[in-house]
Amino acid sequence: MNTALSSLRTEPNFVNPDDFYESLIAMHQDLSEEQSHMANARLILLLANHIGDLDVLRVAMTHARTDL
Amino acid sequence: MEQNYQTLKFDYVRPSDFDESKPALHPVVIVGAGPVGLATAIDLAQQGLQVVLLDDDDCLSAGSRALCFAKRTLEIFDRLGCGDRVSAKGVSWNVGKVFFKDKPVYSFNLLPEGGHQRPAFVNLQQYYVEGYLLECAQQYPNLEIRWKNKVVGVSNDVEEVLLTIETPEGRYQIAAAYMIACDGSRSPVRGMLGLESKGRVFQDRFLIADVKMKAAFPTERWFWFDPPFHPNQSVLLHREPDDVWRIDFQLGWDADPVLEKTPEKVIPRVRALLGADVEFELEWVSVYTFACMRMDKFRYGRVFFAGDAAHGVSPFGARGANSGVQDADNLGWKLGLVLKGLAPLALLDTYCTERGYAADENILNSTRSTDFITPKSAISKLFRNAVLSLSKEHPFARRLVNSGRLSLPSTYIDSPLNTPDADLFAGAMLPGAPSADAPVQVNGNDGWFLPQLNAKFTLLLFCNAQGPTAAQLAALSALGHIETLLVLPAEASPNSTLRTIIDSEALLAQRFDAQAGTTYLMRPDQHVAARWRSLDVQQVQDALLRATCNLRSV
Repeated sequence: MNTALSSLRTEPNFVNPDDFYESLIAMHQDLSEEQSHMANARLILLLANHIGDLDVLRVAMTHARTDL
Repeated sequence: MEQNYQTLKFDYVRPSDFDESKPALHPVVIVGAGPVGLATAIDLAQQGLQVVLLDDDDCLSAGSRALCFAKRTLEIFDRLGCGDRVSAKGVSWNVGKVFFKDKPVYSFNLLPEGGHQRPAFVNLQQYYVEGYLLECAQQYPNLEIRWKNKVVGVSNDVEEVLLTIETPEGRYQIAAAYMIACDGSRSPVRGMLGLESKGRVFQDRFLIADVKMKAAFPTERWFWFDPPFHPNQSVLLHREPDDVWRIDFQLGWDADPVLEKTPEKVIPRVRALLGADVEFELEWVSVYTFACMRMDKFRYGRVFFAGDAAHGVSPFGARGANSGVQDADNLGWKLGLVLKGLAPLALLDTYCTERGYAADENILNSTRSTDFITPKSAISKLFRNAVLSLSKEHPFARRLVNSGRLSLPSTYIDSPLNTPDADLFAGAMLPGAPSADAPVQVNGNDGWFLPQLNAKFTLLLFCNAQGPTAAQLAALSALGHIETLLVLPAEASPNSTLRTIIDSEALLAQRFDAQAGTTYLMRPDQHVAARWRSLDVQQVQDALLRATCNLRSV
């Protein structure tokens, strides 16, 4: 296993997973589908910059499109 | 009264080759008297070579076309003899601003530090640049320019290149030891040799409207994404000399290129940007598409390709004419050394490796800018607009906004001509890098560093206030013929017979990460060939051999 692959955490990392999920859905409340897409895109950009490590992000991108 | 370069016509003169019984052999024939062909011709003529420059037309550039000439290009023009004229006539700028809808979201300064002779860019219509280069070229009796000489046949043989040339009085043939095709993106020479430039064509159309007006916009590059006056598309506004402004409107692929050029269509678009009460005249209008493409190689035997003939990019990074002039800068000294028998043919292949690397870098940057400016899918557009909408509030997003990454010279990082560092250095002046500039004193006068590098290999030796040590002088004497430039700190007074400059603001030493004893070998094109913390005769000789492909492998 290379270091980049091992550096993307996919083991549970939330203190309270249900709180996160609820917040994610709540973010979209009252948004049109178009607005929701925009909110998602902004969220990805904000989080990606926070992570910063392109190797980690690329692994996440690979996982994201697997089996589509 | 200033010369009107747009209306200038040049006379056809009967070439003496018409009267030869068999095609005469010329050392170098250059095809195309645009900025790249002219720059190449001047460079070779400065080296004392006989040069024939052919052009199929009898005038300079029609329309303003290439507009933004980068710092590195101005530095090359300084060496060729027209840097001052281009800089004086051109509009200097360093700052770009980006707007999303009607709000400014981001601004950038391309030259945030002082201590450079030339600005990041000057804007100048292509016909001025060609006119100034032409007037430099005309000073060389060994440079013959033949107008209305159209190449209609090329045979790239082992011994020579045979060209068939059409003129108003019929055809003739000449032979060339080397030929350089600078005949533009549609390069007829490329076609005649059955070669291709391949890449990606972008399905979008743009309108250039150069308008003459008195306007109060600042001398900055302004770029709008989705402005209210031209919804869903981009617009670029830029200043040119003579009260002319370049406005570049994205039109989309479905726009009719013929209809969009008519004043009836153009004037309302300009008016939407400027407001109804601003008076202006249309100076030049053009609708264009573009592609990012390159040839596999830029040298095929005795034929070279340079500029748009070899590689093409979108206009958003100002990487077209600028990279072409840098091609000329790279090829000139190499071809000169080979023609004088001072370097093997292998040196010519490094034109392709180094400028191919630069072309790839330019194409990568240009493609990325184009994907941001004209997103190819709904999701690509969504992310583009997400970046723009975040950019006003969040600094990280501003770095993602891409309205064109503007032309910077390449560092030939993997070039076989580089001697890899053996000593520790910091900073940007690594082997393969184009030299930084800095203010210096020359013979007691304020000047600049780059003009002190005079198109030869130059050994740059940083000294302390006492000047070179006895050991350094002995080493320089052992090196003999090599051009040497001593750099002394501000408080020193030169006492050597060797050429000396004073690092008056200590910026040269800072930019070269130099201490007393630090030695750089600079190439004729002002790129770094090698550097050391101390001067060693054998190391310099080896680096010089390597930088000219003369080093025999053991």
